[in-house]
Amino acid sequence: MSATLIVFFVLAALAVLGAVNLIVQRHPIHSALSLIVVMVALAGLYLLLGAEFVAAVQIIVYGGAIMVLFIFVIMLLNAGEEEHTNFSKLANIAGIPLAVAIAGFIAATIVHSGQPLPTAAAQGSLTNTKTLSMMIFRDFVYPFELTSFLILVAILGAIVLAQRER
Amino acid sequence: MVPTSYYLVLSAILFGLGIVAFVFKRNIITIFMSIELMLNAVNLAFVAFSRALGKPDGEVFVLFVIVVAAAEAAVGLGIIILTARNRKSLNVERVDLLKL
Repeated sequence: MSATLIVFFVLAALAVLGAVNLIVQRHPIHSALSLIVVMVALAGLYLLLGAEFVAAVQIIVYGGAIMVLFIFVIMLLNAGEEEHTNFSKLANIAGIPLAVAIAGFIAATIVHSGQPLPTAAAQGSLTNTKTLSMMIFRDFVYPFELTSFLILVAILGAIVLAQRER
Repeated sequence: MVPTSYYLVLSAILFGLGIVAFVFKRNIITIFMSIELMLNAVNLAFVAFSRALGKPDGEVFVLFVIVVAAAEAAVGLGIIILTARNRKSLNVERVDLLKL
């Protein structure tokens, strides 16, 4: 077993354990902290894949900005332990079988896919950040400009929604 | 070297766990976090395919997905604050104004 494969399995186990912990924990702040573990593990996997810019953005934006926002809101609302209500019988009966079925179906499709996918590291080198920026600012320049409008709308929406009405 | 299918299977497992969290959790903030988990699972599949096919397009898409997720988190958390203020609860079962 090569070193890359060992690193992959360690990071994959970390991500899956974090996701399971998100479900098991009853307090939202514990769920948020386990989600941060998942995101850092995924950033490590991106580095393993050679996507170093995406890994940095994952840490800065997801692990930094978005999760800090979540934890702010959890503390702002003083969210406590989850109440134990059982209004939805359907979710209790169908939830786990359906999710296992979907994950199994996707996994089976991947494993039994016709032509074998090339190995991820076949290309070897890291993606050049320069290549990436060339693509964003040349081929995807209109979507890029649209995202700036999207962020502007999101800022205005968040302010309008969260302000106290008077 | 790690085969691409390993990454895709991991992505499927994380997506499935996100669905389980979405269905089972009662806290509206945790449900929102499970959506983020599913977005992350899809991002992993994007990067894995991008590397397998040798084209950087997938990584550009991941950057766009992250931007949209950030905007979604800002608006969604605003809605959560509003809901918590109006209903005095974070339990989704209590947000049933549209229920007959």
